[in-house]
Amino acid sequence: MIFESMRMAWRSLMLGKLRAFLTMLGIIIGVGAVIALISIGQAATGSVTSQIQALGSNLITVTPLQMNGAVLYYPQDVTWLKQVVPQISADAPLMTGAVTSDYGAQSYSTTLMGTTPPSLKIQGRSLAAGRYIIASDVNYRRDVAVIGQTVEQQLFGVRSGLGQTIYVDGTPLTVVGVLKTAGGSFGANEDDVILTPITTAEEILGTNRISSIIAEARSASVAPLAVAQIEAVMDTRFANQNAAMVVSQDQILSTLSTITSTLTLMLGGIAGISLLVGGIGIMNIMLVTVAERTREIGLRKAIGARRGAILTQFLVESGILSLLGGAIGAALGSLGAKLMASALGWSGGVASSSIVLALGFSLVVGIVFGMWPAMRASRLDPIEALRQG
Amino acid sequence: MADVIRVEDLRRTYRMGDVEVSALRGLHFAIPEGQMVAIMGPSGSGKSTLLNLLGCLDRPTSGQYYLGGEEVGRKSDDALADVRNRRIGFVFQSYNLLPQLTALENVELPLVYRGFGGSQRRKKAEAALAAVGLADRRHHRPMELSGGQQQRVGVARALAGEPDVILADEPTGNLDSTSGEEVLRLFLELHKAGRTIVIVTHDEEVALHTERIIHLRDGLVTTDEPVSGSRRRTLGEVEGL
Repeated sequence: MIFESMRMAWRSLMLGKLRAFLTMLGIIIGVGAVIALISIGQAATGSVTSQIQALGSNLITVTPLQMNGAVLYYPQDVTWLKQVVPQISADAPLMTGAVTSDYGAQSYSTTLMGTTPPSLKIQGRSLAAGRYIIASDVNYRRDVAVIGQTVEQQLFGVRSGLGQTIYVDGTPLTVVGVLKTAGGSFGANEDDVILTPITTAEEILGTNRISSIIAEARSASVAPLAVAQIEAVMDTRFANQNAAMVVSQDQILSTLSTITSTLTLMLGGIAGISLLVGGIGIMNIMLVTVAERTREIGLRKAIGARRGAILTQFLVESGILSLLGGAIGAALGSLGAKLMASALGWSGGVASSSIVLALGFSLVVGIVFGMWPAMRASRLDPIEALRQG
Repeated sequence: MADVIRVEDLRRTYRMGDVEVSALRGLHFAIPEGQMVAIMGPSGSGKSTLLNLLGCLDRPTSGQYYLGGEEVGRKSDDALADVRNRRIGFVFQSYNLLPQLTALENVELPLVYRGFGGSQRRKKAEAALAAVGLADRRHHRPMELSGGQQQRVGVARALAGEPDVILADEPTGNLDSTSGEEVLRLFLELHKAGRTIVIVTHDEEVALHTERIIHLRDGLVTTDEPVSGSRRRTLGEVEGL
C-alpha cells in the first residue's frame, strides 16, 4: 500500500514538474544552506585548531594579569622560571614594541619582538632562509634581525631581504634570517614581525621590561601541572595574586573550539529557519494541490479509498517533495562547501552526519507541513468533491 | 431470486440553516439480482439523493437500506468505503478517469484500495478491459481515447471488483448518439451476462432499454413498472435511429 502510494505520488508530481521543482526550491535552499554553513563552520574549526596546534602544542604563555605596572617582568625572571619549574623544558622572553622599519625609500610600521634562541622552537616556527637568533647574538648584543614574510614583502617586495640592512627606529640591523609563514589567518598576523636578540631590543625600545614569557611544557600531559606551577611561583615571587596569567595552548584550543562550534550551531540554526520557510511553501502548494484535485479525491473515495489511504497518499507526496528537495539541497550544499573550502585552502569535507540530519529534518518538515493539507483531503465529502470541477 | 437491493421507508432530510428539506420521503422498493433498472425523474425529484444513498456515499436520515441482505445504512465512513470498494461499481457521467494513469491503471484503482497485489490486480483489470472490448487500448491514457472509449474504461473499472451492483449516473449523458449507443450496448451485454444494473437517467430512450423504470417526483416513487414488450427498445432499433 505504501509502495502504491509512492508510485501514485510520483505520477502526480511528474504531471507538474516545474511546480514540483519550485515547491522544492525552499527546501533545496534550506538544506543546502544548512549543509554548506555547517560544513564551512566545521572546516573553519578544523583549520583554526590545526593552526593553533602548529604553534607548538605544549606552548605556555605567561603575561602579567595586571597591566597597570604593578607587576613587571624582566629578563632574569625567565632564567629563574626555568630553574624553579621542572615541568618546562625551555622558555624565552618576548619584549614587544611598535616600531617603524625602513629600507631605502620603503617604510613600514610593524612589531619588534626581542627574544632568545629557544623561542623559535617553543612557538613552533621555522625559517625560510638564513638563520635564527643565536646565543652569541644575545650575549654580544648584535644588530641582527630575523623578519617575517609580511615585513620582507613590505620592505623588499619580491626580492630577498637576506643580508640587507634595515633601519628599525633608526637602528641599523642586518637581516640574517627570514621566517616561514605561520599560515595563520586568525588573530594577530604572526608574519608581521621583526625579531631581534632581546639585548638589542632593549636598546631600541629603551626598556628592559619584557611583555611576556613563553615556555614549553615537557609534554602535553604535564602542561596543566606546569601551568599551575608557574602561576604559584609567579604569585609568590611578585607577592601578588595577579602576578601572572598563564595560558596553555590546550586552554586556548578548547576555548576557541567552543566559540567556533557555537558559531557553527548558530549558522546552522539560521539556515534551519529557511528550511522552515521551505516547509511552509510545501504546505501552501499542497493546499492548492488538494483544492485542484478535489474531484480526483472524490473519485478515489467513491471507489473505496478509506480516509487513511487518501491521507497517506498526500503525505507521501509532500514527503517525496521535501526529501527530494533535501537530497538536491544536500548535493548543492556539499558542492558549495567543497568549493568554499578549497578556495580558502581549508581541509575537510562534508560530515555525513550533517547530511543524514538534514535529510531526516527535511522529511520531517515535509510530513509535518503536509499533514494539514492531507487531513483536509482525507476529510472531503465524496459527494461534494465529485460535484466539483 | 434474491434481492440485491432493498429499501424500506428510506428518508433523507437536509438541514439548511433552520429549514429542513426532505429530499426523499419514504421510498420502498427492491431490485432482484440480475435486473436492469432505470431510475428517472425531473431535477429536484430526489434522484441524485437516492443515487448517493444506493452508492453508500451518504447515509439515510431514517429507514433501511439492505445491500445483498446486509443493512448498510448505519455504517462508519471507513466501513462504507469498503462496501463501495467491494460491492458497488460506479459509472459516472463524466467518466472520472485519472488523467495521469493509463486505462489499465485506472481499472486497477479500486483493486489497489482492496489491497490486491500487482499481478492479481493486473489480471483482473485486463479481464475487465477485455470484457468492454478495450484490451488493445490498455496502455493509452484517457486523453488518447474517445469519449465512448473513456466511458467503456469507466465501465471496466466498475466491473473489475466484481461488485453486487453497477450504479450508473447518466452514463451516456456526455456522449454523442453513436458512442452513447456503444455504451448502452455494453450495459445490455452485461445485463445478459447476469449483472445487476441501476441506471439513473432523464433520457427516456436510455430508460426504455431497461426492464423496469422507477419514476421519482418530490422525493416519492410515482410509478414503478416493468417496461412492457411493445415499448421496450432493442439494440436493433437503437442502431436504426
